Amino acid sequence: MDFLNTPWPWYIGGPLIGLMVPLLLLIGNKQLGISSSLRHVCAACIPARIPFFQYDWKKYSWNLFFVAGIAMGGFLTYLTTPADYEISLSSETKTDLMSLGISDFSGMVPSEIFSWSNTSSFQGLIFMIFGGFLIGFGTRYANGCTSGHTIMGLSNFSLSSLIATIGFFVGGLIMTHFLLPFVI
Amino acid sequence: MKHTIYLILGVFFGFILTKTEVISWFRIQEMFRFQSFHMYGVIGSALVVGIISIQLIKRFHPSTFEGEAINLDGKPLTFGSAIGGTIFGLGWALTGACPGPIFALIGDGNLIFLLVLLSAILGTWIYGLLKEKLPH
Repeated sequence: MDFLNTPWPWYIGGPLIGLMVPLLLLIGNKQLGISSSLRHVCAACIPARIPFFQYDWKKYSWNLFFVAGIAMGGFLTYLTTPADYEISLSSETKTDLMSLGISDFSGMVPSEIFSWSNTSSFQGLIFMIFGGFLIGFGTRYANGCTSGHTIMGLSNFSLSSLIATIGFFVGGLIMTHFLLPFVI
Repeated sequence: MKHTIYLILGVFFGFILTKTEVISWFRIQEMFRFQSFHMYGVIGSALVVGIISIQLIKRFHPSTFEGEAINLDGKPLTFGSAIGGTIFGLGWALTGACPGPIFALIGDGNLIFLLVLLSAILGTWIYGLLKEKLPH
């Protein structure tokens, strides 16, 4: 079962990701989206009388099952991935990242940045805590993330999704090319 | 249990995201540096399938498995899409993850992303708190 323990090329994974759009629509009239789940967690656990979190989150609980499934899907991959897994990254990216001080290219994320021992450093604070904060704050402000806007919304020719997606890339390019060297 | 199907679809989605390596910080860096076609191929081909599917749905009006008419209402157009989108983009490049991949990364054994998830929940909460005061 080679396809289970080797990475998939874009032309296999991409179309399968796109297939989630009609599957969710046909099965349950649901538009693909992930970041709303974070709002439902707030509404369920810490609503604190904030109007934005006063709604019947149980009506949207399918989304929480969906993200729980995503984590389980990740775990299935974990079981089928060899321990010394390394992404076949482009050599230019490798060179760029090495010049920024990254030396460990094993796994999905650089262990030098994303580790428990790095949580108390300035770098850890920026990448994990502040980075996560921006994801939660930004996706809700934009009313969606890469799945809800870039995949679902753009597939539906939604103008707000096009604007949001341009924003995603503007933010990502600013961070990568201008800010990252100062915080890494 | 009526939500089991979404759990199963989630497993499918999480498995694809991980196998295609779109949950990787390295891949996101490669994308924002325009040094590989991989991520653009993933997003582009996902979009082709998504667009064709929605065009077919618009043309043939299939009902859902439960007999409902399919709802394709788009999201409202606001300035928030641009401002919030850019803010999310900054976080995307820092963490190398969007919300879906955060969950997949945790499942894939990168438990440190529980911390990123908690921070993202906090960010969502602070947005809810400040919503009325923010330009939209």
